[in-house]
Amino acid sequence: MSTPYVLLGLLADGPRHGYDLKRAHDTRMPHAKPLAFGQVYATLGRLERDGLVEQSGSDRDSGPDRTSYALTEAGREKLDGWLTEIEPPAPFVTSALFSKVVVSLLAADADRARGYLVAQRAAHSARLRELTVVKTAPEVSVGDVVAADFAIAHLDADLRWLQTTLLRVADLEREVHS
Amino acid sequence: MTVLLRGDDLHRSYGPTPALRGVDIEIGEGEIVAVTGPSGCGKSTLLHCLAGILRVDSGQVRYRDQDIGLWSEAARSKLRRTDFGVLFQFGQLVPELTAVENVALPLLLAGSGRREAREVATTWLDRFGVADLAEQLPGAMSGGQQQRCAVARALVTEPRVLFADEPTGALDVLTGEQVLTEIIRVVRELGTSVLLVTHEAQIAAYADREVTLRDGALDPTGLGAALPGSVVFADGGGVA
Repeated sequence: MSTPYVLLGLLADGPRHGYDLKRAHDTRMPHAKPLAFGQVYATLGRLERDGLVEQSGSDRDSGPDRTSYALTEAGREKLDGWLTEIEPPAPFVTSALFSKVVVSLLAADADRARGYLVAQRAAHSARLRELTVVKTAPEVSVGDVVAADFAIAHLDADLRWLQTTLLRVADLEREVHS
Repeated sequence: MTVLLRGDDLHRSYGPTPALRGVDIEIGEGEIVAVTGPSGCGKSTLLHCLAGILRVDSGQVRYRDQDIGLWSEAARSKLRRTDFGVLFQFGQLVPELTAVENVALPLLLAGSGRREAREVATTWLDRFGVADLAEQLPGAMSGGQQQRCAVARALVTEPRVLFADEPTGALDVLTGEQVLTEIIRVVRELGTSVLLVTHEAQIAAYADREVTLRDGALDPTGLGAALPGSVVFADGGGVA
């Protein structure tokens, strides 16, 4: 889960309060799931407990809680470590797409699996088109393009897999039931 | 949406090898339709038939509700100069002509004066960001620059339909994406219909709609892959 590190990163150039962090997160991470306020405060609480951030001031004049948080030295080191650390290429295949094909063959038959593959392909293609519209819109920000590219590349990989799996379904069914 | 171009039950073979086996397709005014499918599925043949470059063996290609198969070669040739623009994977610029001369060519063939044609061609080069290369020969340009010139040439007559066969297939990913984005913006502005042939899902996603071929026929699954045991595709055979 990278949310704590994203918050640490957003604090790297100075203290911010929770609301500001939420807004900055949603701007910098377009197309990521927006952060809930509760999640921001819960995460800040854990980061504070672990000594990675500290309260740096409070301004309650303007309404709700405006406690500012700052990165501690330990927080900066933690962030630095995360940025340098190589993410292990996923060791296990856990995608729901893959599971559904296998379970379709176990619980039903190849036709069921094919039906799923075809329908999933249509849904993936539709999403691919939506994201392409986003990234080719006039005045689009580079942040939006990079975020859309990430999603597009993953959808494209899924689509290739859906296509080749369709060709292998009959063989897979024989293997599953052998 | 008004249908601008349609193919009804199109058949076309190369010798004994069928390439199209009864394809039906419609392209609306201003619509961008991607034709996808694996190598040899007939998508380029379909483009050539719809563009009036190849004749079909049977079936009809109807443009603005007229069967262009009944037209003379001269009339079809004129249609390709005035209403259709064609763009291939490799720009196919004339190597002896400069960029501006290449882009001006379709206008000259359509009867424009030399000076006017050069002026219009220059504005199109500018539109695709290569106006400073106007006096360069294609050989002195990068692949991306050549393809931008080819796009300008395909659109300079403001055709009603652009036929694009793997238009970014020879470019690196980022350049291809830039060129395609520019094409899509311009055709949207002009209201040009596009038939975009590609084997890549990411390219097809630029279109409004996608049609998939397999072994010369429409593949309603969109997967372009064989469905063993399926009644619909039980007749799959080798096709060019």
